[in-house]
Amino acid sequence: MAVDTQTVEKLAELARIAISNETIEEVSSRLGDILQLIDQLQAVNTDGVAPMAHPLDEVQTLRTDSVTEPDQRESFLAQAPQSEEGLYLVPKVIA
Amino acid sequence: MHQLTIAEIIRGLRSKEFSSTELTHHLLSRIQQLDSSYNSFISVTEELALNQAKAADKCLATGEAPALCGVPIAHKDIICTNGVRTSCASKMLDNFIPPYDATVVENLNSVGTVTLGKTNMDEFAMGSSNESSYYGPVKNPWNTGYVPGGSSGGSAAAVAALLVPGATATDTGGSIRQPAALTNTTGLKPTYGRVSRWGIVAYASSLDQAGPIARNAEDVAYLLSAMASHDPKDSTSLDRPQTDYTAKLNDSITDLKIGVPREYFGEGLNAGTAARVQDALKEFEKLGAELVDVSLPHTELAIPAYYVIAPAEASANLSRFDGVRYGYRCEEPSDLRDLYMRSRGEGFGEEVQRRILVGTYALSAGYYDAYYNKAQQVRRLIKQDFVQAFEKVDVIMGPTTPSPAFKLGAKNSDPVAMYLEDIYTIATNLAGLPGMSLPCGLVDNMPVGLQITGNYLDEARMLNIAHQYQQVTDWHKASAV
Repeated sequence: MAVDTQTVEKLAELARIAISNETIEEVSSRLGDILQLIDQLQAVNTDGVAPMAHPLDEVQTLRTDSVTEPDQRESFLAQAPQSEEGLYLVPKVIA
Repeated sequence: MHQLTIAEIIRGLRSKEFSSTELTHHLLSRIQQLDSSYNSFISVTEELALNQAKAADKCLATGEAPALCGVPIAHKDIICTNGVRTSCASKMLDNFIPPYDATVVENLNSVGTVTLGKTNMDEFAMGSSNESSYYGPVKNPWNTGYVPGGSSGGSAAAVAALLVPGATATDTGGSIRQPAALTNTTGLKPTYGRVSRWGIVAYASSLDQAGPIARNAEDVAYLLSAMASHDPKDSTSLDRPQTDYTAKLNDSITDLKIGVPREYFGEGLNAGTAARVQDALKEFEKLGAELVDVSLPHTELAIPAYYVIAPAEASANLSRFDGVRYGYRCEEPSDLRDLYMRSRGEGFGEEVQRRILVGTYALSAGYYDAYYNKAQQVRRLIKQDFVQAFEKVDVIMGPTTPSPAFKLGAKNSDPVAMYLEDIYTIATNLAGLPGMSLPCGLVDNMPVGLQITGNYLDEARMLNIAHQYQQVTDWHKASAV
């Protein structure tokens, strides 16, 4: 299954990954190979088969909505490429 | 001293034959001298290790030391370690120093292990050859022109090169078992949910599971006993009691029924690998086990289903790497969109980008039912194959990989060829079953792995079976160095 470069550009935009013009042909070709591989699934009859989300069919556990984590704001902010006065900094969004 | 197994180290420390500090110094100097040939470590934590070893020696002197007190290990660099860089072998996390320990690390620290460092891996655990690491490929200690397997190739190579007696690892589609097979080590991927995923960088959350790699089943049992726990911080963690996986190692296996799936011995299996696995099965017959022909008819769908589910979940999980809160940020972003696009375009390697794009495709509008939902249905069919087989047999055995290790670079340009490397291991993850690999011989002086797949939560039995095999064979003692 071939994937055209326009589709790859759209996927790259959705995934927010910059892909250079030099590599886009190569990326398209490899993605085509992988989509061909996964398209084998289409031939399988799965009528009436329930999708399996958890191997032991366990459901999400619930807990009381209470504060359990210690405040680590400073240590988390220290990981940020740019922060100031307790805030993460990004380029200006609103003109 | 580097040849000692974990069980021997435990005894040696307690009988004062050597101290944890002596052992730690010895292994650190081995890593320093030899690891440039293998590249199995991303970070060596010398200061931490020596501090932990010193504390362990004090504790051992009191006579009330916990199970693994003073035993040196290493952690795969996907597992968060407080104050120690956890890079996931990616440029994206090259500067990431977690402010907390993963539950697995907490568990192992609490029984007294000594952390020698963080092991190399495929970037974000995506790969089967350990060539996608930002820090360069890991080389197989059996022949440094060959891959050690992946993604836990650093953990496996470090154990095989006798740099460390055991290491943590993770397995989403075979990433513990395949490198264990290619390096002559013993590795176990537990039942999904048996080991907490909290603090482990997520790849595909419905498949990811952590487990140990060591030199034999007994050592794996020691490590797993410490690693496995119920953890309220991981909502998929199973609420089961702590287990001593060493307790049943010496049980008899005379009434064992071994399922041999005919689909695992068909086209694509290397003749040498097949012969070594058949030898191992004969050995089990000698031990009193019965071989039963079983069928897993949906085997060939495991890889296509996996390459929908894993990339789809990866594309969601890896959206957190945004260049804002932690990790890599591009230079001089012109606006927020540019910041996201270039930080992720520059921070992620080729294979990681590829899987994110495949996942984005599978989850994009109009395709969800055709891909993700379909793959989840196929996943249930794969699970049902195993459920039916386990009505007749106790465990399933076959080859871990289609062939022994391949040369560095051999499959680099063809992702699909690389994906086929995991044909025998992936179904276990999709079904959530426990699987392990143990050494069963050599082909042209390169190791072959026997895979044991067990029923849900049957890890103790699998380790018992592997241990009994290792009592009558010496393959696991064959050394690369």
